[in-house]
Amino acid sequence: MNLAEHLPALQVALPLLTAPLVILLRAGFLAWFSAFLASLFSFALSVQLTIAVLQGGTLEYWIGGWEPPYGISMVVDGFSALVLLLITGASTLALAGGRLSLRRDIDNRRAPMFYGAWLIAVAGLCGIAVAGDAFNVFVFMEISSLATYILVAAGRDRRALSAVFKYIMIGTIGATFYLIGVGFIYMMTGTLNFADMAVRLEDDMDTRPIVIAAGFITIGLALKAAIFPLHIWLPRAYTYAPDAVTVFMAACSTKVALYILMRFNYEVFHGNLLGHSELFTAFVIPLALTGILVASAIAMFQGNLKKVLAFSSIAQIGYITLAAGLTSEAGLMAALLHMFNHALAKGGLFLCAMAFVFTAGSSALSQLQGIGRRMPWTMAAFVVAAMSLIGVPGTAGFISKWYLIVAVMEWNTWGPALVAAIVISSLMAVVYLGRFIELAYFGEPPAGNAGLLEVSIPLRCLIWATALLNIGFGLFPQLPLALATDGTARLLGGLY
Amino acid sequence: MEILGLFNYWAFAVLLMVGLYALISKQNLVKKIMGLTIFQSAVFLFFITTSKLEGGTAPILQAGKDWTIFSNPLPQVLILTAIVVGISVTALALAVVVRINEEYGTIEDDEILAKDREA
Repeated sequence: MNLAEHLPALQVALPLLTAPLVILLRAGFLAWFSAFLASLFSFALSVQLTIAVLQGGTLEYWIGGWEPPYGISMVVDGFSALVLLLITGASTLALAGGRLSLRRDIDNRRAPMFYGAWLIAVAGLCGIAVAGDAFNVFVFMEISSLATYILVAAGRDRRALSAVFKYIMIGTIGATFYLIGVGFIYMMTGTLNFADMAVRLEDDMDTRPIVIAAGFITIGLALKAAIFPLHIWLPRAYTYAPDAVTVFMAACSTKVALYILMRFNYEVFHGNLLGHSELFTAFVIPLALTGILVASAIAMFQGNLKKVLAFSSIAQIGYITLAAGLTSEAGLMAALLHMFNHALAKGGLFLCAMAFVFTAGSSALSQLQGIGRRMPWTMAAFVVAAMSLIGVPGTAGFISKWYLIVAVMEWNTWGPALVAAIVISSLMAVVYLGRFIELAYFGEPPAGNAGLLEVSIPLRCLIWATALLNIGFGLFPQLPLALATDGTARLLGGLY
Repeated sequence: MEILGLFNYWAFAVLLMVGLYALISKQNLVKKIMGLTIFQSAVFLFFITTSKLEGGTAPILQAGKDWTIFSNPLPQVLILTAIVVGISVTALALAVVVRINEEYGTIEDDEILAKDREA
């Protein structure tokens, strides 16, 4: 048996099968360690898959050898590989860095359950990235969402519970809307396989059910992806979740919803549905634009570091959707790159935030005064990641903002106005991140907490590794560029 | 009669809106969950309806019988999965409501919001 052929299936099966084993463990440390190992192996599988995609192009896997559209297929192209890297990478990073933070947040007795849920979330998210048909995407989406609800609800603050209830309600509405859309498509085409759908849709180019299906699917996934103004679940869920969970979620959970949104709208509808591009642009761009501006503005006035970063995430999702809404090759390229780079920057920022909260005991800005002088290493890494988020040249964030601005300028006469919005929002990012950096370096620490106080050396190394990755991918962006080019070509080129 | 012929689809639309309305307008968290369940059931009805053919039978070959019209079994299988997902969501949401009741001492959304504001 050649194991390499089965990589796409293993990517999902490994965390899914490890999860129940982790739940059976009793000790907290052992559970953490096995979850970490499983996550690390998943990451290794993603790297393998990425190499395979870069060398040999799109991989297709038929479960049980049944030929699609009758059998279930898994498809891995550059875009899926990019998302897989983000999911498994973020999970490994958050688990490695979050051991002590999680040990404090999670009751030792319940730790095995928690890590089990974590692995199920990883399996579900990976499943979405590799699934080749619309219904499996729904199932994996619900698997990952259910597990994520549990992770968020594990937060110490009781507000985590009310946040999670809201998240469950909105997440389920989103998933159900998606299911309705899939139902309409199945009704018209008789298939669930993405590739098959794209072929068969050509026959019913502009029938009303398909247009309605496109609407339901886009809105449902926009809810899951927290596209402004459907973002209301996100800030509280991010803020009150355990800090390590926030690192994981911020880097990949909304990205996966965006992934499937783009996959559906480009592979299936774009080119097969009359007037779809115009409708999609007209729907997405105004939302993305208001999201970029409003969420950045709100972020400037938050009194809690995690909330500042959460609102900044909504603005960044705005950038990605703006780029995706241009329906041009350059735009898609920018969207894919920004997904990758934003995950790097935001993962780094939330990792530093986790370290601050671990030592200071709170994410309220008033409690974090002067933290920069007490934790100079972590704070310096925070500044690097912040520069990447803002888009300073030499960091990863600059690459994708550059691509975004070029794509927007090419778009049409409205280009310069959109560029102005992007620049204004970047300036607001300077304000909301600069405000924290200033207060961290020059603020007066709360009484009695003035000594030098750093997190453990391994965690500092991890934080700095993330910060250096932000610079590394800024100077040598070949890997994300290659994956984004491959992904864009497949999204636009139809299939096969 | 067109409207009666599409009765199931009308029921789907009405149930969907009833569920969504309850979900949005009710303050009581358990009532919200009920709304969510109605909302999901509407979609189940929709899927099942699309697969039904008048006079159609189960797609099983039988000796001596000569069926020509079969109902599509796939939507029913899909909905079986979706029902399982729906039950899991309901169970998890109810568990969260129990925890909310322990922590806040209420399951009314506005009261929880007021308590959150105080904190």
